[in-house]
Amino acid sequence: MRVIFVVATIVAAAVGVTFLHGIAVADGSGDPAAVKSEDGRYFDKDGGPTYHVGSDGTVDWYAYSGYRRYHSECHVCHGPDGMGSSYAPALKDSLKSLSYGEFLAVVAGGRRNVSTSQENVMPAFGDNTNVTCHLDDIYIYLRARANDAIGRVRPARHEEKPDAYTKAEASCMQ
Amino acid sequence: MRKVVLLASLGAAAALIATSASANDELIKMSKNPNDWVMPAGNYNAQRYSELKQINTGNVGKLQVAWTFSTGVLRGHEGGPLIIGDMMYVHAPFPNTVYALDLANDSRIVWKYEPKQDPNVIPVMCCDTVNRGLAYGEGKIFLHQADTTLVALDAKTGKVAWSVKNGDPGKGGTGTSAPLVVKDKVLIGISGGEFGVQCHVTAYDIKDGKQAWRAFSEGPDDQIKFDPVKTMALGKPVGKDSSLVTWEGDQWKIGGGCTWGWMAYDPGLNLVYYGSGNPSTWNPKQRPGDNKWSMTIFARDADTGMAKWVYQMTPHDEWDYDGVNEMILTDQQVGGQERKLLTHFDRNGIGYTLDRVTGELLVAEKYDPKVNWTSGVDMNKSSPTYGRPKVLDQYSTDKQGEDHNVKGICPAALGSKDEQPAAYSPETQLFYVPTNHVCMDYEPFKVSYTAGQPYVGATLSMYPPPGETNMGNFIAWDGKTGKIVWSDKEQFSVWSGALATAGGVVFYGTLEGYLKAVDAKTGKELYRFKTPSGIIGNVTTYEHGGKQYIAVLSGVGGWAGIGLAAGLTDPTAGLGAVGGYAGLSNYTALGGTLTVFTLPNAN
Repeated sequence: MRVIFVVATIVAAAVGVTFLHGIAVADGSGDPAAVKSEDGRYFDKDGGPTYHVGSDGTVDWYAYSGYRRYHSECHVCHGPDGMGSSYAPALKDSLKSLSYGEFLAVVAGGRRNVSTSQENVMPAFGDNTNVTCHLDDIYIYLRARANDAIGRVRPARHEEKPDAYTKAEASCMQ
Repeated sequence: MRKVVLLASLGAAAALIATSASANDELIKMSKNPNDWVMPAGNYNAQRYSELKQINTGNVGKLQVAWTFSTGVLRGHEGGPLIIGDMMYVHAPFPNTVYALDLANDSRIVWKYEPKQDPNVIPVMCCDTVNRGLAYGEGKIFLHQADTTLVALDAKTGKVAWSVKNGDPGKGGTGTSAPLVVKDKVLIGISGGEFGVQCHVTAYDIKDGKQAWRAFSEGPDDQIKFDPVKTMALGKPVGKDSSLVTWEGDQWKIGGGCTWGWMAYDPGLNLVYYGSGNPSTWNPKQRPGDNKWSMTIFARDADTGMAKWVYQMTPHDEWDYDGVNEMILTDQQVGGQERKLLTHFDRNGIGYTLDRVTGELLVAEKYDPKVNWTSGVDMNKSSPTYGRPKVLDQYSTDKQGEDHNVKGICPAALGSKDEQPAAYSPETQLFYVPTNHVCMDYEPFKVSYTAGQPYVGATLSMYPPPGETNMGNFIAWDGKTGKIVWSDKEQFSVWSGALATAGGVVFYGTLEGYLKAVDAKTGKELYRFKTPSGIIGNVTTYEHGGKQYIAVLSGVGGWAGIGLAAGLTDPTAGLGAVGGYAGLSNYTALGGTLTVFTLPNAN
């Protein structure tokens, strides 16, 4: 239900982006600029999850956590730093057009792209808590990669792990 | 003297009694014919050595492409073809197409087999949809499909004789390795170390595919086929529950120890040799104990599967150093004595030489000087830590703990060498080893297990050793002393199986796509040719119609296609270093092709 709601919001946001064609920074979910923060989480103007990189390069906790989870769960197919592999797409490019809602739907339900020339299959991670409990983290990290806000390799500095995060993770991972 | 005669006649009698040994005898005979290449490693010794010498150091520079063949599949092509008489058998990654080509008839396709497999197996394969090849025995070709179906095909027609399911892809079990035919059985392992599979080697009856025995890598003694008194480890009986006592609770049930590498066989000793992979998960904190018998060399009775001896190379793995690489069997003199040896180049960066009769550890030395996680293996037989590697705290991802990024560990998780098999020449008594020269940062963290989902629990990033730009070396190694004799730098990891020949030439492929020929004595490059794609296949040779041929599959992919496609970056170089190391994608693209070389005609 929540996913559907998010998809609707994001479709609206995408329309907005098309309308504002030519703005400097945008991805599949529109303008990634953080306008609000709450317990170490950052949100864009549409209320969608986004990243925050301080002037000294400090990245928010979620983006940092997303870096780690991406490189545990996703990189064996999608390559280091979202750069793609010999057979799976570079997600730093995919997120330039893929919205938050679409991202959630693909990760939860998987995707098949089988043709005469390729046999690409993305599994469904819907019941894998290592992924679902960190979906926003991974999204935020990849959104930052799509906008070149975070470069390759591990971010050198990151914000402290928020208490709210620790609690949410503990209950989710059970 | 009399004793010897008696033994010999006993041996003959035993052979007569064991009528089912026909496949074995046939294969031993066939593998001695250098014109053919009847098993993945050429022969049971896994030496990847050919007595052919038409192509030699003097003329290899004139090598030309004789013919090529596209497999029609794009992803990573590991392994190599089998050649039996006029027929060549070529395999491909998922969908696991097999072609039989008629060498006497312009390589016409005699038959083609393409199984229908559920594509949902694709994402359960940890590192691309590779397959390492076929086996032959009693007129059949054996293939282990991605979905773990072991299928027997009539070698003449390609018709399915029988098939059996070896595992459950729904729980992460997949098929990538090549079978080995021993006597009246087909032996096969299974992949799934990143999915918490309790892995095993299984023997099936060559006639009908009926399961003869199955030996797990971890679990109760009956499941792992250990005799507490007779199964030996470093000269001592393993004792009761030798695996169970090294795991917490029921963790062995999702313990990994996968068996996706190569197998060798000694017909005289009737022992099969192979290694097991990483314990699941990659987070060592979550699985206290030695996690036996992951990361282990096994010597098992080919008829019963019972373990004769074992040696665990990396107890309680903290870096994903699977122990599955090939076991090369040689007979050499050590300390003035003729010994039956087993040499193994492990992912952990150590080259081991053991007595393959008893499992006694003779040599354990680093085959890449950059290996730093250990100060070495304790070789003192009276020491309580005999045979164990001494782990340096600085590089221990267990000691540093969860959520701690351990930096500068060499080698990286892909090992100083991965599955790409080395070769051995009895003439030079040297091993020719394709190696990776890559280090890593490794951070373990807590993960939960869900059946059929990745069970990894670590983040890692890889880069060449500090101050160096070459990510691979092709080396010659003396297994008796544990020393590098010569070393050729390669820009990328060498991910192709090597071939040694009586012509004094050693062949291997590179990730850019070059087939290279070097002098076995010096490593001097004698020939190179750029094939259509990066090479992660193994080089093979055969003779047909009086001419020697060299064959290799190209088709970049596998682990190499993931880690290196976009290029590696040095995390210590700071911002602006992006693209500091060349990306493989700047050199080569996908595509499975067999390229066959020969010398030009004299006239």
